[in-house]
Amino acid sequence: MSIKKCRQEFEKIFKKYPDKTQALLPCLYVAQEKCGCLTEEIVSFLAQRLDLPKVEVYSVITFYSMFSFEKKGKFVIRICMSLPCYLRGSREILEAVVEEALCIKPNQSTEAKKFTIEPVSCLGLCDIAPAMMINKKIYGNLTPQKAREIIRRYKQEKDK
Amino acid sequence: MLRLTIDGIKVEASEGTIILEVARQVHIKIPVLCYLEGVQAIGSCRVCLVEVEGVKTLVPACVTPVTNGMKVYTNTRRVRDARRTVVELLLSDHNGECQTCERNEDCELQALARDLGIRDIEYLGEQSLKKEDTSTAALVRDTSKCILCRRCVSVCTEIQGVGAIFPQNRGFKTIIGPAFSLDLENVICVQCGQCAAVCPVSAIKEKDDTEKVWSALDNPDKHVIVQTAPAIRAAFGECFGYPPGTLVTGKMTSALRRLGFDAVFDTEFTADLTIMEEGTELLNRLKKALVDKEDISLPQFTSCCPAWIKFVEHFYPEFLPNISTCKSPQQMFGAVAKTYYAGKIGRRPEDIFVVSIMPCTAKKFEAERPEMTDSGAQDVDAVLTTRELGRLIKQAGIEFRSLHGEEMDTPFGIATGAADIFANTGGVMEAGLRTAYEIVTGEQLPFKNLHVKSIAGLDGIKEASITFNKTFSEWEFLKGVTLKVAVAHGLGNARKILERVKGGDNTYHCIEIMACPGGCIGGGGQPRMTTDEMRRARISAIYKEDEGKKLRKSHENPALKQLYGQFLGQPLGEKSHHLLHTQYMRRDFNF
Repeated sequence: MSIKKCRQEFEKIFKKYPDKTQALLPCLYVAQEKCGCLTEEIVSFLAQRLDLPKVEVYSVITFYSMFSFEKKGKFVIRICMSLPCYLRGSREILEAVVEEALCIKPNQSTEAKKFTIEPVSCLGLCDIAPAMMINKKIYGNLTPQKAREIIRRYKQEKDK
Repeated sequence: MLRLTIDGIKVEASEGTIILEVARQVHIKIPVLCYLEGVQAIGSCRVCLVEVEGVKTLVPACVTPVTNGMKVYTNTRRVRDARRTVVELLLSDHNGECQTCERNEDCELQALARDLGIRDIEYLGEQSLKKEDTSTAALVRDTSKCILCRRCVSVCTEIQGVGAIFPQNRGFKTIIGPAFSLDLENVICVQCGQCAAVCPVSAIKEKDDTEKVWSALDNPDKHVIVQTAPAIRAAFGECFGYPPGTLVTGKMTSALRRLGFDAVFDTEFTADLTIMEEGTELLNRLKKALVDKEDISLPQFTSCCPAWIKFVEHFYPEFLPNISTCKSPQQMFGAVAKTYYAGKIGRRPEDIFVVSIMPCTAKKFEAERPEMTDSGAQDVDAVLTTRELGRLIKQAGIEFRSLHGEEMDTPFGIATGAADIFANTGGVMEAGLRTAYEIVTGEQLPFKNLHVKSIAGLDGIKEASITFNKTFSEWEFLKGVTLKVAVAHGLGNARKILERVKGGDNTYHCIEIMACPGGCIGGGGQPRMTTDEMRRARISAIYKEDEGKKLRKSHENPALKQLYGQFLGQPLGEKSHHLLHTQYMRRDFNF
């Protein structure tokens, strides 16, 4: 049960934000972390507790690329496609990562759910464009070569 | 008072006033698209950009409050260029099938492009996906026309308190619609059509049933009759350039005859019938509660509005026993037309084709409810909105403005003033009180001009009370009883009053709800764009129509007396029960 896992954290967040709607994003963040993905059940629960239309909760989830209704891989690779990164070659980075890592298309996961690749909007790392994040770790000033090496290191982690 | 200038014109304004409003006062038109007075001010479309001296960027006039000494310029090259760019960008992602779009010449985006002098769209490239949703009986969504202004979202969430649609995803993938890409049919949408009423383009509209009606009119074997709702007569003229609140009942009747309808009737006739049935039902409930001490559901809610019924079925099923079992006037009409009237003219129910002209989209849904077949056929065959009738008349080449007024046909063309006011918020209750008070006391409702002032007008929730000081002997139990009623319009207000009753306020006996702001005169099928000013104009026209009638109480309707005498027997009698009453269902939808 997805709600059970998050219940305690949710309650803490509800208390922290006097304006109920402000609690939505932190709650979704917790749910995504704990459960690996969001569910209809979570949408319904949060809508009811925060007094929001369910469709509005759904709307927020679909707006942000870090939220998802599908289970993601162990490593989520987010490649920034916004303007500064794009101009510094993020397309090539995306291609290299896709090819090197996994032979899958963007927004898909590898079969063993090890990797998910997501082209995303600005990560706030314009100073080290082009940039990507793997889970919470940041990688900047990438070249296709550098990106390949990073992915290779993550791939080897499986074998250890 | 703040002093400022707009394009060099000195203006005074109070704190908090937005630039747009002040500009309107001095007759400067600032174009808008996402802004809609009383519904939404979010500054998202940027069509209303203006220049303010000393401010680096252009500011949106719809959300920027004026300040003292402000100098606003609405017509500089920079402003004109910016507005043009904004609209060009919108057009670059808009399905511009203007000639074949039913909003042709009734489209805010088209008008903007014209007024801003756009001749070329430079931004060609990626476009949003086209998704059509024709799942419901009432409404059609077309995402390729949508400009993402969010007016529909605001009206659905804030005004109606329904929350069926919201923006989803981002960038070119953004669409406005129900969660999980569901169709409208499979979510909590009540089909009131307020979204269609505020849409500036053709992204949400009524399902077009004009072809259904043409086919029936072309079929010589069908006896095609039409009923016209109270609310359309005060707004229909707007389709032909008349100002809001112009009464066009007579012209409309002759136009309908020219279209080829075999008989032109009035939904008002069955509005009078509704009062007899619903009033009797209320008095019965009161009797059961006060005399028999039965556990009967009070307050009684009105049942004329199909969007309101669907709202309760979705959100407050515990109140279903409180809703009057009376069908709406539209459905009562269909039921008596295909039985009593069919018998009179010697036709079978299935040979009669009943068309309704309604200010409403939800009426299309109501006509298709599976239980609405008590005559032995579908009681109402096709429902057109006010706007669709306008299109029908234009297609037929009828010059509406040159028509002479005509009278409707008998017997269902005869109605009282009480039925007129079904069109606006507070009207059904007032009509009910006019009859109920007189049935109980034998005296006329003791208000000036028969109007219950405290429940008229555009306040969201209104109340009135009246005491029966004397009664006929059969209503003895009501002697000294003070009847307390409430009226709400806009489903957001309905929700408030339901919560009040749910919270234990059991002082009301009867509550009138109309889903649309202002009541049916502001319905989802009325000519666009309905503002509060137009609502007031339409309402006062309706009261004028009522006051101009000799008979102003439903129980005085002579054709109705005949209907009861020859066919129905008495209110709530066996035949009434079968033809004019219905039941509701719980709808458990997740989204």
